[in-house]
Amino acid sequence: MSNGTPPGEVLIRARGLTRILPGTVPVTLVRNIDLEIRAGEFVAITGPSGSGKSSLLYLLGLLDLPTSGEVTILGRDTAEMDEDERARVRLATLGFVFQFHFLLPEFSLIENVTLPMRALGQRTDTEMVDRAVAILDTLGLKDHARKRPDQLSGGQRQRVAIARALANEPPVILADEPTGSLDSKSSQQVFDILQAVVDEKGKTVVAVTHDLGYAARMDRRVHLVDGAVAEIVDQRHAAA
Amino acid sequence: MNLVCHVAFTHIRARARQTFVAMIGVATGVGFSIMMAALMEGSQEDFIRTLVNALPHVSITDETRSTDPQPAETVYRAVAIQGLKPEDGRRGIKNPAETVAALEGWIDGGVAPYVAVRGIVRVAGREIGVSILGLDPRRDRRVSNLHEQMRQGRIDDLNTAANAIIIGSRLAEKLGARLGSRVDVVAANGTRMQGFVTGIFHSGVRTLDEGQVYTLMRTAQILAGRTGYVNEIRVRIADPMNAREAARRIEARVPYKALSWQEANEDLLNAFQIRNFLMYTVVGAILLVASFGTYNIISTITHEKARDIAIMKSLGLKESMVRRIFVVEGLVIGVLGSVLGWTVGYLLCLGVGSIEFKSPFVDASRLPLLYHWSHYAIATTVAVLASAVAGYFPARKAARLHPVEIIRGAT
Repeated sequence: MSNGTPPGEVLIRARGLTRILPGTVPVTLVRNIDLEIRAGEFVAITGPSGSGKSSLLYLLGLLDLPTSGEVTILGRDTAEMDEDERARVRLATLGFVFQFHFLLPEFSLIENVTLPMRALGQRTDTEMVDRAVAILDTLGLKDHARKRPDQLSGGQRQRVAIARALANEPPVILADEPTGSLDSKSSQQVFDILQAVVDEKGKTVVAVTHDLGYAARMDRRVHLVDGAVAEIVDQRHAAA
Repeated sequence: MNLVCHVAFTHIRARARQTFVAMIGVATGVGFSIMMAALMEGSQEDFIRTLVNALPHVSITDETRSTDPQPAETVYRAVAIQGLKPEDGRRGIKNPAETVAALEGWIDGGVAPYVAVRGIVRVAGREIGVSILGLDPRRDRRVSNLHEQMRQGRIDDLNTAANAIIIGSRLAEKLGARLGSRVDVVAANGTRMQGFVTGIFHSGVRTLDEGQVYTLMRTAQILAGRTGYVNEIRVRIADPMNAREAARRIEARVPYKALSWQEANEDLLNAFQIRNFLMYTVVGAILLVASFGTYNIISTITHEKARDIAIMKSLGLKESMVRRIFVVEGLVIGVLGSVLGWTVGYLLCLGVGSIEFKSPFVDASRLPLLYHWSHYAIATTVAVLASAVAGYFPARKAARLHPVEIIRGAT
């Protein structure tokens, strides 16, 4: 299983998670959310626009700090961590895929994929390049490895973004509307890849999506309304 | 390659033209700094060398730093004597031979006695005020470069004729005098004699070349009207830069005023200090302006790269790592610009050094330049530091970017 984590074990736990944007009129993005993300799950976060889906994902991914509540990752309370520690956890434990690929435009695909590995610094140059080529190969991009992102289609770029998210073999991939900017064919490819990441690599994927069709095919669906959890549907049981 | 350098070099490569422009800015600053320093220090060193070669390093004269107290003043505190008439004429140095011998005993260099007299030289109705210096040709070699400055004749030729004199090249031109010419010499006390030109010297210092006359000590003593009279002892030491300390030690041992060449030219040396201060201020300003170019390019890169910075931070790059990326970019611009600046500076020095000119004070025909590695090192250090600082501030701002704000903005 993923990085030796037994399936079903809690990887990320959120307790009373609230995020309020300060200002003359404070805006509540996320309100008192309790959530557990378990190893090997494919979790969808759904909800209407402005319901706090991405905000919840950023909080779970330690990109943002909650106003109140806590996030525990692999049993470690993140509240006491400084920015460098949070960065380290993101680097080693979490992989991110955004709606827009967010690849570095001046770097080749290999350089983009090796970037998190270089930051982690646990592999030699050769190992990093070999691994990057291997991941790109599994995603059907080996022939484009030396190209730059602007030479690829949108779907291909998003696949490179997934390759980059997998680079350090994190147990959890957090995806913010990964199919949101793609055509239906590319969307299907990206969804299938994420599904394979869960099924074949044993990773945990948490994906924000507007597409209820894809959401319905995931293990669990967390539905948000106005920043709060409206319902959590365990779809494995429903499918069974 | 390390990640920080990898990202930094990629950014620089992707903005080759902007980076090159920033480098040109640094190179111009470094180049002009090197040229300015070479020019300023070169002219200063040339001037001092000329001065040190032409003048005694320490000059002991029959004067004292302060007026001797009157006997009544030493006995009665209430006594104050006003309107004292200065002693008529100079008294001369007592026991000059013993004083010279005593100084030779401990000074690392040469010591020689002289007789200095003011006077005029006159030829065909033309009169020019001069300083007449009576010397001992054998001893003079130890304390002056006159023997090297002789254009015609030799110092020893002073011994070959009665009332022999050596005059400066410009004075000879003014008087129309040549070797063997006879000129009237009149001392300030009215004593006159007919001098016989046995030599012409050229020191390169205009005031000496047109206003100094050398003769034998005994001839000068006749002009002064005092046999055995010596009113100056000149000292040349191994390291001219130690002249001030040597003068202080001499004054502690002899009851006369000992003037180092630095003290005699204090105003000039102070002017050099002010000039150097101004030079380094201007050079600093040039490099500061160049660093604004670096600041500008790094600021532009960080602004353009805000999204990439957010991505890198979201992936897990630490703030310090992001900061280092842009500081490295600043450093690369500073270092490459400096290296380019060395060439610019060297070429500027060659260009400036080839310009011919005429100076009314010295007979140099080209600007004196000092080529020294320290000019390159100082300009490079300042430029690289300025570039690092110029890179640091935008880097710090970039590192503090909140990734979520950028990601939200992008989506």
